[in-house]
Amino acid sequence: MSHCSPASRLFALLLSLLLLLPLAATADSDEEGETEALPFSELSFPEPARHFSAEQKCVAPVEEMRRNHMKYILHQRDETVHEGIRTRQYSLEECVNCHAVKNDEGEYTPVNAPGQFCYSCHSYAAVHIDCFQCHATRPERASKLPALSSVDENHPNDGLRSDINALLASEGSAQ
Amino acid sequence: MSESSNLTDIARRNFLAKAGAASGAAAIAPGVFLSTPASARPADQPVSGEKRWGILVDTNKCASGCNDCVTACEKENGWGSSEPESSEAQKAQWIRTVEIRNKATGYAKTLPMMCQHCETPPCVDVCPTGASFRRADGIVLVDKHICIGCRYCMMACPYKARSFIHEDLHDQKPWAPRGKGTVESCTMCVQRVDAGDIPACVEACSKGDHNALIFGDLYDENSGISKALKSQDSVEIRADLGLNTGVRYRGI
Repeated sequence: MSHCSPASRLFALLLSLLLLLPLAATADSDEEGETEALPFSELSFPEPARHFSAEQKCVAPVEEMRRNHMKYILHQRDETVHEGIRTRQYSLEECVNCHAVKNDEGEYTPVNAPGQFCYSCHSYAAVHIDCFQCHATRPERASKLPALSSVDENHPNDGLRSDINALLASEGSAQ
Repeated sequence: MSESSNLTDIARRNFLAKAGAASGAAAIAPGVFLSTPASARPADQPVSGEKRWGILVDTNKCASGCNDCVTACEKENGWGSSEPESSEAQKAQWIRTVEIRNKATGYAKTLPMMCQHCETPPCVDVCPTGASFRRADGIVLVDKHICIGCRYCMMACPYKARSFIHEDLHDQKPWAPRGKGTVESCTMCVQRVDAGDIPACVEACSKGDHNALIFGDLYDENSGISKALKSQDSVEIRADLGLNTGVRYRGI
């Protein structure tokens, strides 16, 4: 190393500083504030304005739905496409019918839009949703679920509630 | 037991089964049959091979320039204006009107052309993933969950009935999911048929008072379509291919 010129020594020094810079920056931020992952319970997303039944909020117990909703949808999808079985309880259309909510202008927000029901959890869990590349993200016709009940009277989204009441009423008169 | 007596047994059994069904159907009153046109199957029951859905197109009643069936299909299934980025040749087309002309005489005719719902569909033969399939009741569909968009089926189809989606779609109909990278075609309005209804094109044609399209069960002797097929001549397009199509034509 004795033949190294002062210029190359200076260059080596600068290069090593440059390489160490990111490490230093990381160390700084670690000291300033330790960030913890947002707990799941603090996730906020729009509550659906109606429940499946008096006893049950969703089509299966909520804990079950959180863990296994994709299995129900997967099973239903094959039965529907190949065998024409069109029961409503685990139909993706009914998921959207309940979980899509209206914005201030009275229009439905896509259920996979930021802040909405599907998006909230999926972005938290970093799981990409493929469903809505093909499937509708907004309700288009009245729900055909027979057991819809117990509309939450204290729900903030009055527009949606009145809309669903109207849908249910028109459904009742149609039958 | 020899083979020939086996065959006789099967023939006899078939005859007995049909005779039983006929006597059951005729039980109401002489000349009155209890036929259920497009009966609503319970939603939790799978489709069966006891029915085969078909459409009879009477081109004599098909008015030149009429597009009612096409617009009804677009509206029902949400295609037509959903692909702003695609060229005209790329855009989805589930049903189209075709004008055929006799070069010698100049006599022209219009007819609707869509998936013919073959009994032995070439699209199903060539599909490498099993996405292209024929439902038990004869409706030929694409399972877009397993379609990889290779487009072999489009090349295999002699009727040019299938389309490929080239761009992201938005605001699809909940009952007719469609998306980029998959192939699609006429579904004979499977969502309506499963609910005991008739396809949108057939409904629009009768609403427009043309009545050129008859939809029904080809296996039910008492259905309107079976009676119509029995009473007058009809043809399959490209009958030489032996595909036994579910869509048949009259007057061409």
